Amino acid sequence: MNTTVARRIIPCLDVRDGQVVKGVQFRDHRVMGDIIELAERYRNEGADELVFYDITASPEGRSVDVDWVRRVSETIDIPFCVAGGIRSVENAALVLSQGADKISINTPALERPELIDELVRSFGSQCVVIGVDSIAEGADFTVRSHTGTPDAMRAPGRKTLDWLSEVVERGAGEVVLNCMSADGTRAGYDIEQLRQARKVLPVPLVASGGAGSVEHFTAVFSEADVDAALAATVFHSGQIPIPGLKQSLARAGIEVRPC
Amino acid sequence: MSVAVVNSGGANIASVLHALRRLGAEPVFTASANAIRAADRVILPGVGAAGRAMEVLAGHGLVDTLRSLQQPVLGICLGMQLLFDSSEEDDAGLLGIIPGRLERLRETESLRVPHMGWNSLMQKKADRLTANLNGQWFYFVHSFAAPVSEWSLSTSFHGSEFSAIVRKDNFYGAQFHPERSAGAGAELLRGFLETPTP
Repeated sequence: MNTTVARRIIPCLDVRDGQVVKGVQFRDHRVMGDIIELAERYRNEGADELVFYDITASPEGRSVDVDWVRRVSETIDIPFCVAGGIRSVENAALVLSQGADKISINTPALERPELIDELVRSFGSQCVVIGVDSIAEGADFTVRSHTGTPDAMRAPGRKTLDWLSEVVERGAGEVVLNCMSADGTRAGYDIEQLRQARKVLPVPLVASGGAGSVEHFTAVFSEADVDAALAATVFHSGQIPIPGLKQSLARAGIEVRPC
Repeated sequence: MSVAVVNSGGANIASVLHALRRLGAEPVFTASANAIRAADRVILPGVGAAGRAMEVLAGHGLVDTLRSLQQPVLGICLGMQLLFDSSEEDDAGLLGIIPGRLERLRETESLRVPHMGWNSLMQKKADRLTANLNGQWFYFVHSFAAPVSEWSLSTSFHGSEFSAIVRKDNFYGAQFHPERSAGAGAELLRGFLETPTP
């Protein structure tokens, strides 16, 4: 008998101008394919959830274009989260009304943390995901904002673990922790940082940044006890097919939903 | 066949409508008591807080309408919870169609609440609706749950066992989101649409 919720595998689709793109350490975005096509492919391969991150939205102050959100919702029958460009309850309501299951905010939450409380009051914790971009700085981890374009990136001067505690206090239902030093390197998730984040988070934690092999997924679940692992390049490129990944995780004793 | 999806507030109802359309149904999203009474099938979706949803239903004058429905009714997620007597959440009084009180899931160091993600079903009681669903995986997002009772068709486990699918007479409820549960969810929705009218 299965006794708990399965660990989730989440492909992240970075969206720019209606295409899925992915860069290395947030630079040089290469086009990877059509949104709906990739969404369907991942659904059929057994992805547990999808994250669509509109990388054009946040830094340039644009709001998310919701037409593709509706098309995704019409097409796929697994949960998905929309990130990027959501900076108000009104923006969020529009995205959710098109069929997104969750919204994820990052920079706008750092600029005005009360936005988290407002979103939680309006839609419930279960819809509100906080994305955190974090990097090692001396002995500490600190957050970065405006990470969608390298030139706009800022360091708002917050320690990552303090920020995680605050977002949970404000009602966030889930955290995606993107470890920037690892992102795009395919050298493995930042187990140490994720382990520290796990300790301060009573809500689900999604690991992001660094996936390069099946072993990296096994390690992040068994060593950092994260609830979900997010990756982009290894899935988009076909390097790690999801069915095989899930079989390997199951063999390692990690509870996953069979494909 | 006409399918009414009850407007119980909450922003993300679109996914339920899309799922029904994928199955060939033409759902009507409505807060009209007449439209709901006249429908062949009624779906009560819902997200957010129980107390708030009851206020919305009361505001639309739908509480008695829903209680007196004779056709197959399916509550989804919060909509399932609304079928019960009461909830620990805000100490809210609910529709009182199925006896029982919702309780908050207990978090521990290794157990996160909300219960968010895919979990599998265990059959408690044989029913036409759940005949092919034992052991299948569904997508859950909730912090409150109905205890296991004589009304449980299927249960799931997150720290403790709770009701995943319930039935009392023509009222069914699913704690998970069938509209976001891939093939297994579509099978449940199809089964509900094909439920014989009592």
